[in-house]
Amino acid sequence: MSVVVWIGLLGGAFFLLVSSIGVIRLPDFYSRSHASAKSETLGAMLVLGTLALYNGLELNSVKLLLVLVLVALTSPTGIHALARAALRSGLEIWTARRPREAVRTGEGRECSGS
Amino acid sequence: MNPAPLFLGLAIFIALLIAVNFYRVLVGPTIFDRLLAVGLVGSNALLLIVLIGFLYERADMFLDLALTYAILNFIGVLALGKFLESRRGGNP
Repeated sequence: MSVVVWIGLLGGAFFLLVSSIGVIRLPDFYSRSHASAKSETLGAMLVLGTLALYNGLELNSVKLLLVLVLVALTSPTGIHALARAALRSGLEIWTARRPREAVRTGEGRECSGS
Repeated sequence: MNPAPLFLGLAIFIALLIAVNFYRVLVGPTIFDRLLAVGLVGSNALLLIVLIGFLYERADMFLDLALTYAILNFIGVLALGKFLESRRGGNP
């Protein structure tokens, strides 16, 4: 039981770290939203599910599972709506073949050569 | 193995991740980057609230706060995205 709690919490911490590194390091908004939506949701679900498993069969576990379902439904939906708003308002998509765009926005210089 | 020190370590780790994410809030080239990072900070703060509830052994109250925080975070990101959708020129 304790081993399951350790594995779940450390896995959740790993995915949260991956999500933060992606948001800091990736070159444009769309790839950042990709990193944020999936890794963050998986890390939060792992932490909340592990805490519900640790807490046992109580009312608090029901609340934790409710928060888990809410996070799993709303976090990708909000980021999808944000990405659609960015696409409709004309934010350009970064590609490695357009270094002019990368230079103009001042982002992803270290990635454009690879 | 009592996992209580693991809860404290994970809470400190999530607080550090929130501090790191504020870099993207402050620096982000477009308004959408800032809004994405604000959503990420809110989602991390939800986990921090739940862990603080487990550390202080008042999980019932802090879980209600976390539920409210999840709903408010979603509505805030959705409303600001809907507002920015009608505005032209997202490029910096």
